[in-house]
Amino acid sequence: MDLSLKDLYDGFRQADVIKEYANLITNKSKLLSHPINIMEVCGGHTHTIMKYGLKQLLPSNIHFIHGPGCPVCVMPKERIDHAFVLAMQKDVILVTLGDMIKVPGSLGSLQDARSNGADVRFVYSPLDCIKIANENPTKKIIFFAIGFETTTPMTSALIDQVIKKDINNILFHINHITVPEPMKALLDDPTNKIDAFIGPSHVSVISGSKIYAEFPNKYHKPVVVSGFEPLDVMQSVLMIINQFIENRCELEVEYSRSVSYHGNITAQNLNNKYFETKDKFRWRGLGDIPKSALKLKDTFSHLDAEILFNEILPTQMIDDHKLCICGEILKGKKDPKDCKVFGTSCKPNTPMGSCMVSSEGACAAYYKYGNLK
Amino acid sequence: MCLSIPSRVTKIDYKNNTATIDTMGISREASLDLMEENSIQIGDFVLIHIGFIMNKIDEEDAIISLNTYREILDAMDAEERQKAILESDNCPNTTKG
Repeated sequence: MDLSLKDLYDGFRQADVIKEYANLITNKSKLLSHPINIMEVCGGHTHTIMKYGLKQLLPSNIHFIHGPGCPVCVMPKERIDHAFVLAMQKDVILVTLGDMIKVPGSLGSLQDARSNGADVRFVYSPLDCIKIANENPTKKIIFFAIGFETTTPMTSALIDQVIKKDINNILFHINHITVPEPMKALLDDPTNKIDAFIGPSHVSVISGSKIYAEFPNKYHKPVVVSGFEPLDVMQSVLMIINQFIENRCELEVEYSRSVSYHGNITAQNLNNKYFETKDKFRWRGLGDIPKSALKLKDTFSHLDAEILFNEILPTQMIDDHKLCICGEILKGKKDPKDCKVFGTSCKPNTPMGSCMVSSEGACAAYYKYGNLK
Repeated sequence: MCLSIPSRVTKIDYKNNTATIDTMGISREASLDLMEENSIQIGDFVLIHIGFIMNKIDEEDAIISLNTYREILDAMDAEERQKAILESDNCPNTTKG
């Protein structure tokens, strides 16, 4: 057959095939000796599971645990306060991706900063900063960079152009975080309930599936790297069940049409040129996780807004409301419906905790799609 | 926010290292800065993330998955047909002979 673009969308969303996979999974799961809890690490997968009702299609001995892979959700409020304070500076244009618009810090959201007179711009691509910088030569453009391994190379590509084109009015506030470290932190908690992982799609396109090699080997947890379409997720669940039935514990790739073991080497080289690992990063809902974020290398500190504006950036750490149970949800110990404030005080427009902040957070996905089984 | 859109390359601008891509009828520009030189050709299926091509989709691999789904559906159809025949055979109201 000749592949068409439509096949890449619709072909992986066929309702009757999803239904048949549900039958296959139900039959196979009868051979399991115990129930299994599968953490889908990435918020994109959480969204797919809720949007297509996959949770309801699975038998009672297969459970999803919704992981911390939503970069907007896990951003602590003090980092958003940094963005707010930077945006309020005279002659600064704060630029970031659209996902950050409504996320509230303790001072308000970037949308609030804009209504207070700040020049905040939400762009489709980091490269849009170059046009903004050229049009505003007397202003400092600060790119508030967010995201996992998927998005880091795009910031690196912007840094590369800033240096090559000798652009002197673009700075960076870096909030790039990495996937394997929170997975390890969750497993290091002896009370965790995770039996296997569905590995992220596009993080793995960049980093390669190699970044999960230690999970089957060292932690004895199977990992199946999955695409974001519903049939990708169903096939991945089936692959995990087969590993348990056949007494295997391996790293497998379901999303082989886009993920290789080594990933995108050009992108990785560009990241390595500009970034190094930070000692620790405070994850909203999970706390400090060592080596889980990136910072600009010292050679490029002249581009680092966090260093250049150090004196005015707030240092106060801000925790979520004490009724919020997002930390427990991210660890798979509780469900959004166990939370007293879910859907009452805590809603997508007024999020109290990390999982309600973005549509990829577990609580926001439960709220939107109502899959309260 | 890690979502990415499958698209098809329709034009390559070697001077600016960008490509024109078709995303279900919408034409856009995307950077080739994250791709190895000459690794992307016109007609390739690619994934786009915030203005960049991040990889080339393996067509053969995608076709294998789609064929597997078709086989699953065919097997299901055959199973249902078989089931319908059996149910019909066992139906007490069926007039035989």
